[in-house]
Amino acid sequence: MNEQTESLSEKLLQRAAPGRVDFEDMVVVPVFAVIVALILGAVAMLATNVDLATIGRSYVALVVGSVGSVNAISETLTAATPLVLASLGMAVGFRAGLFNIGAEGQLLIGGMAAVIVGFSFAGMPTYVHLPLALIAGAVAGGLYAGIAGWLRAATGAHEVISTIMLNLMSYRLVDYILRLPVVQREGRADPISRSVLDSAELPRLLEWIDPNLRLHSGLFVMLVAVFLVYWLLFKTTFGFEFRASGANPEAARYAGMRSGLIIVIVMVFAGAMAGLAGANQTLGVLGRATPGFSAGIGFDAIAVALLGRSHPVGVLMAGLLFGALEAGGRQMQVDAGVSIDLIAIIQALIIVFIAAPLLVRKIFPWGFQKETRAGKE
Amino acid sequence: MAKTMNPIDAQARKLDTAKVRQARNTGVILICLSVLVAYVFAFGTSGGDAVFRLSRPNDPWAAPNLVVPAMAFSYIAAAVLAFLGARQFMRGGVKWTGLSMGFGLLLAVAAFLVWATAGKSFSLTGMLQATVVRAVPIALGGLAGVLSERVAVVNIAIEGMLLAGAFTGALVGSLLGGFGGLAAAVAVGGLFGFILAALVVTYRVDQIIAGVVINLFVLGVTSYVSSQVYQEFRFLNNAPVFRPVRIPFLSDLPVIGPVFFQQNIFVYGAFIMVCVATYYLFYTRSGLRARAVGEHPQAADTLGINVYRTRYINVTVAGMVAGFGGAWFTLGSVGRFDEGMTNGLGYIGLAAMIVGRWHPFGALMAALVFGFADSMQQKLALLQTPIPSEFLAMAPYIATIILVAGLVGRARPPAADGQAYIKE
Repeated sequence: MNEQTESLSEKLLQRAAPGRVDFEDMVVVPVFAVIVALILGAVAMLATNVDLATIGRSYVALVVGSVGSVNAISETLTAATPLVLASLGMAVGFRAGLFNIGAEGQLLIGGMAAVIVGFSFAGMPTYVHLPLALIAGAVAGGLYAGIAGWLRAATGAHEVISTIMLNLMSYRLVDYILRLPVVQREGRADPISRSVLDSAELPRLLEWIDPNLRLHSGLFVMLVAVFLVYWLLFKTTFGFEFRASGANPEAARYAGMRSGLIIVIVMVFAGAMAGLAGANQTLGVLGRATPGFSAGIGFDAIAVALLGRSHPVGVLMAGLLFGALEAGGRQMQVDAGVSIDLIAIIQALIIVFIAAPLLVRKIFPWGFQKETRAGKE
Repeated sequence: MAKTMNPIDAQARKLDTAKVRQARNTGVILICLSVLVAYVFAFGTSGGDAVFRLSRPNDPWAAPNLVVPAMAFSYIAAAVLAFLGARQFMRGGVKWTGLSMGFGLLLAVAAFLVWATAGKSFSLTGMLQATVVRAVPIALGGLAGVLSERVAVVNIAIEGMLLAGAFTGALVGSLLGGFGGLAAAVAVGGLFGFILAALVVTYRVDQIIAGVVINLFVLGVTSYVSSQVYQEFRFLNNAPVFRPVRIPFLSDLPVIGPVFFQQNIFVYGAFIMVCVATYYLFYTRSGLRARAVGEHPQAADTLGINVYRTRYINVTVAGMVAGFGGAWFTLGSVGRFDEGMTNGLGYIGLAAMIVGRWHPFGALMAALVFGFADSMQQKLALLQTPIPSEFLAMAPYIATIILVAGLVGRARPPAADGQAYIKE
C-alpha cells in the first residue's frame, strides 16, 4: 500500500518537476555506480596480489589512456563509435520490449558483408562505394536479426534464445565465409579476408595531426544515428508504436497496432544498427575481417544500452564512458601490467548498480532526496 | 449451420482446424524429408555397407557389429517417410501427428548417419557414450532453469553459474583435491544463485538484466584471474579429474553398459538430481508451494506461503545445481580452466528447459537430443562428409532454434514467470 502511494507520488512529482528525479536517475546513480565499481575493482586487484602502488598507477593509466592526450581521445572515440551504434539498436529493442542479445552475431554478419562489398567493385568512386558497403552491412545485420524477429512473431520462440543461437552460428558462418576462395586473401591458409579497397574505407579524420591517429569518419555515422534514433523514437508514429508495445503489449494490440509486424521491424532495425557497427569496424578500423573481429562489442553494447537507459543521448554518454574504459584499460595493461579483463569486472559492476537503484540508495543514502519529502512537495 | 453452432462447438472446430493445419504441415515436412533422403542419400551414396560397431573387442559380452546396406536402407527410409507424410493428409491422420513427426525425424537422422558412414565404419556405442557425457552440463543447466523458473525467476545467469562452478572447481580442486573442488563449486554456484535472488527479489532488478550482469561479471572475474594469476601460478589450475566409475554387472551389458554405467559421478549425479527434482516439485508439499509461487504469487501469499523465502531458497538451490554442472567442465573432463570455456552451453541448457516444457525429465531428454547433435557432428567431422565442418558444428544450435520454434506453441511457462512480486 505504502509502496503504491510512493510510486504514484514519484510519478506525479516527475510530471510536475522532472528536474530533480531525472537528475538523480540520470546523474547521481551513474556517478555513484562508477565510483563504487572503481573501488571494488581496486579490491579485486588487492585480492589478486597487486600492491597499492600498482593499483594507483593503473588508475592513473586508466585516466591518461582515455582522455590524457589527443591520441587517447582519438582511441576513446574510436572504441565508442561501434559501441554506441550497436547499443542504439539494442535501446530501440528494449523500448519495444525485445531483448536482443544477438548484436554480436549481427555485428559479425554485417561487418562481413561490408568487407565483401568493400573489396569487390574496384574502380568505383568513394561516394558510391563507401555508402554501398555501409548499407550492405546494415542490410545483412538487419536480415540476420530479422530471422529472430520473424521466429518470435510467427512461432513465439523467445528472442533471447534464438538470438543467442544465431550468435553462436554466426561465428561458424564467418569462419566458413572467410575460407571461401572468393573471400580468403590470396596465398593465405588461415581464415582472413581480402583487404577493403581504399574507395570503401571510412576516411580517417586526424591524419593531418598524426597518421597514427585512428579516429575515422564513422564518428559522423554514429552521431547521425543518435539523432535518427531520437527522432524515430520520440517524433514519429512508428516510435510511438514501438514504445507503446514495449510498455503495454496488450493495450497496444487493443489500440490496433500490429504486434507481430512491430517485432519484426524492431528486430530488423536493431540488427541494421549492429550491422552498421560491424561495418564501421571493418571499414574504419581493421580494413579486413578475421574470425572474432567483433571482439565482444555486441555484448558490451547490451551493457551500454542498459547504462544509457535506452535513451539515445544516454546511450551516447554511456558509449563514451565504455569507450574511455576500453582505451584506458589498454593503457593500464601496458603501464601497470594489470590485465584488461579487470575492465570487464568494472563494467559489470557499474551495470549492477545502475540496474539496482535501490541498492545504490541503500549504500549512499545522503545522495538522494528523501522520498517522503518528495511526496509532500 | 453456423448460426446453430454454440460457442463451445465453434471453439472445438477452431481447435480442429488448427490441428488439421498442423497435420498438413507435418505431412509436407515428412514428404520433403522423404524426397531429400531418396535423392541425396540414396542416389548420392557410394554404395557399400555402413558398419556400426557396438562393442569393443575385449568386452565380456561382445555384440556383433550392426551392418546396414546403405542404398537399401535409404530407399526403405524414404518410402516409410513418404508413407508417414501421405498418411497425414488422409482421414485420421490428425491422431498420429506428433508421433509421426518424431519417428520421421529419427528415421531421417538414421538415414543421414547411414549415408555418412556408407563404406566405412564407426563406433555407435562411442557416439552414444559421448552423447550422454555432452548432455550432462546442458541437463544440469536446464534443471537449474526449471528450479528457478518454477518459482517465476527467469534465470539467464545459468551460463555465469556454470562458468563460476568450472572456475571454482579447478581452483579449489587444485588445492584440496576433487571432492573439495566439487563442494566449493556447488557452494559458489549457490552463492551466485543467492545473489540473483537478492537482486531480483529484494532489489527488484529486471530479471533478465540481473542475469546478464551476473554472466558479464563472472566472465570478467574468471578471465581476469586466469590471465592475472594462472599465468604465473600454474599449479593453481591443475585439478584432478574424476575417473569413470564402473557399476558392477550393469556396466558389462552391451551398448547400455558403456553408455549409462561406465561414466563419472557427474553423469550419475545429473540423473539422480533430475529424479530428485521431479519428486520434489511434483510429489512433495514444498514443491507444490514452490509451483504455486510461480503460478500465482498473490494467491500463494494469501495462503501463508512466504513468497520471498521460497524464491530465495529455490533460486539458491538452482545455483548449486548449476555450480555442480559447471564443475563438470574442469573436474569432469580436462582438469584445467580456460577463459569462457562454457561456450554458451548454459544458454543451450535454458533452451533445453523450454523444449522440455519446464519439467526436469523433459529438460534431460532435450539435453540428450542436444548432446546427440553435438557428438554426431564431432564423429561426422572424422568421417569426412562433403558437408563443411562449420555447418556440422552449427547442428546443435539449429536444432535448438527448430525445437524452440516448433514446440513453443505447446509449451507454457509458469504464469508469473519473469515478474517481480511486490508484497502488499
